[in-house]
Amino acid sequence: MTHIDVRSALNQSLPGNYSHLVTRRTGMLVRSVIEHRLKGLADGSVAFLDFTHIGLLDRSCADELLSKLMLPLTTAIPPRDGYVVLHGISDFHLEIIEAVLETHQLALVVQLPSLEAKLVGAVTDEERRCWEQVMRHGDVIADRVAAETGLTCESCQEMLEGLARRRLLRRVANRFLPLGEAA
Amino acid sequence: MTAVITVPASLDEQSFEQVLEQVVPLAPDVKILVDARHTRFATPYGLTGLLCLAQSRAEKPDFAPPSDDDVKSYWARSAFFRYAEELYTLRGPVPRARASQDSDVLLEVTPIAKSEDVHEVVERVRERATHILTHKLRLEARATMGFAMSLSEACQNIVEHAGRGGWVGVQVYNWAKRRVGRQVVVISVADAGQGFRRSLDTARVRAIAGDRWNDGEALEAAVTQGYSRHTESGRGQGLKGIKGYVHRHDGRLSIRSGSARMTIVPPWDDSPAREDELPAFPGAQLQIIIPERAEVV
Repeated sequence: MTHIDVRSALNQSLPGNYSHLVTRRTGMLVRSVIEHRLKGLADGSVAFLDFTHIGLLDRSCADELLSKLMLPLTTAIPPRDGYVVLHGISDFHLEIIEAVLETHQLALVVQLPSLEAKLVGAVTDEERRCWEQVMRHGDVIADRVAAETGLTCESCQEMLEGLARRRLLRRVANRFLPLGEAA
Repeated sequence: MTAVITVPASLDEQSFEQVLEQVVPLAPDVKILVDARHTRFATPYGLTGLLCLAQSRAEKPDFAPPSDDDVKSYWARSAFFRYAEELYTLRGPVPRARASQDSDVLLEVTPIAKSEDVHEVVERVRERATHILTHKLRLEARATMGFAMSLSEACQNIVEHAGRGGWVGVQVYNWAKRRVGRQVVVISVADAGQGFRRSLDTARVRAIAGDRWNDGEALEAAVTQGYSRHTESGRGQGLKGIKGYVHRHDGRLSIRSGSARMTIVPPWDDSPAREDELPAFPGAQLQIIIPERAEVV
């Protein structure tokens, strides 16, 4: 697990000691700093982006930072194998981030203050149910998820593969694992 | 010869049209005198509009400040003269500009030209706004975040699309005697840049309006349909965020560009949703009004 303080990334990006993530240009600069950090990580690493010390977040900045960070990672052939979890997110941040993720049909895992993980963004109810089973059991195959959810094995397999491709789960052979500390 | 442009006694979004009606028939190089001697009241829309008016002229205009000392003092505290001194030849003395002591001036008239200016504006407003918005307008603390976000997104429109610098001002008013019947906070963002029609004038966006492409259609494309001059997905988030915030808080959003205006009209207002064939004026002028939260009975 790698911790990236987004406030520090902001301060590396701009002169002045700003605490708010605003403007598209700022989002681009902060993303560049974060991408540089991510490039140095081993394949399969989980990076926790910590928003604890961020005040305001506007939609343009969130779009430039998060959607452009995640879109390449969710392609069929991603440029690198890595995962991102958001941490220290306020309710206001969450509202903005969800709106941006849904625009791009993206989703992300958010770690709540209780350390519980939450899935935010564009996911169907069935995908969420499958994801929650993985979070609950920690290391499962599709058949187990199917048994718990009442969905067919085929549809569970397909959804779990999709969630793994979207960087919301980890896949090891035929098993699916959560991101974050439980992984 | 100098043409005299008379500023109305009360200068706001509606009455600013009277100023433009006088200016539009004049060629850009005609010398003008903007006469505000009899003006008693001005909103941020009026003040930022007057600065844009000067920017739009080929020859530096003259400006006659309000004759009332209290009004003049208020305009100075709102930082209007700080920038008017650069854009106009002032005819008559004005008070020295100093930091505003008015708790109702959330943000003095402030220039916006680059991304860092938006950061400065947000930092300054966040310091002052929380107390006023939660106590005077009785907004929830969380709503002050949305307010600052809307301000940030509105200012970014200048940086991203205008092609030249503009202005922002934020003020709290008691509108008890006006239509809304409550206190309101007003954000005004104005520029004299290229405007929505030129900014969006790409084959992709024009295709939706066809032969009808004009200022009104450009506003419809941006405000209603979320089009941006940038083709990458995710653009247009800013206006979408502003609209959502305004809607949630029973607010009013109006955007004027070129010769058209679109308004997101709340129940307490009776403005038309779209106006065309207004006096043509460069750039874009955006106003957000958020009223005091209504009493829950």
